[in-house]
Amino acid sequence: MLLNQFLLLSAVLFCLGVYGVLARKNGMLVLMSVELILNAVNINLVAFGAFRADVGGSVFALFTIAVAAAEVGIGLAIVLLMYRNRRSIDLTQADLLKG
Amino acid sequence: MQLLAQVSSETDLYVAQNIFFAVIAGTMIYAAFRVVTTANVVHAALWLVVVLAGVAVQFLFLGAEFVAVTQVLVYIGAVIVLFLFGVMLTRASMGDDETVAGEKRAMAAIVGVLLFAVMAVALVDSFEDTRVDIDGPQGVVEVSDAIFSQYIVPFEAVSVLLLAALIGAIVVARKD
Repeated sequence: MLLNQFLLLSAVLFCLGVYGVLARKNGMLVLMSVELILNAVNINLVAFGAFRADVGGSVFALFTIAVAAAEVGIGLAIVLLMYRNRRSIDLTQADLLKG
Repeated sequence: MQLLAQVSSETDLYVAQNIFFAVIAGTMIYAAFRVVTTANVVHAALWLVVVLAGVAVQFLFLGAEFVAVTQVLVYIGAVIVLFLFGVMLTRASMGDDETVAGEKRAMAAIVGVLLFAVMAVALVDSFEDTRVDIDGPQGVVEVSDAIFSQYIVPFEAVSVLLLAALIGAIVVARKD
């Protein structure tokens, strides 16, 4: 199989994730888009690991999965806190620091 | 079929793998598209399940069976459940949500398309038709050996990170 087919699939997922982060304004949906981006990175890591016949790709994909789990936990806590304080998770309304 | 198998074994075409790859990649791209466009938050989480399962299958294609199993356990098992809990805790109605998309959708689409164009040109230019040879699955033994010898320092760092995230999530989300 070609290396590029995995890399291009991961590029498509990454760009859809970037679109989601930029276009969505519901906090939950932004977090889901971040998950898309992290999964695209994982496909890249494992594909290059298989290409180089190196186990490091898989190991770093596992680390990325652990970091993504931590990120979801913290992100959801922040979204919940925002909901509790403002009764809304609309990210465009979170503009307290805007000058 | 015989001829097809012969041709594929002679030229390393991997016909069956490539057909399955195309089907699953198409499903994943459609599901990812629905994740970032659907107006229903619960539906977005369920489409995300399809993408994550597809990623697990791609890991199997690449021979990384342990990563594939971890993907199913951690993402589909835990992260999606967390997402669904978050949806239920933050929104009263589970239907369509008018706060789904901002006004800058066109700009975001332009950014996404241009980013993909740049990456696609770079990838096709640098890896033209490089093959990735998968000779059998990568054993769990090799992965764990690597984690606990060569990559022990990043592993410990991840442990500390998870502990910090646990404490941080409790501190941020608790009521007082």
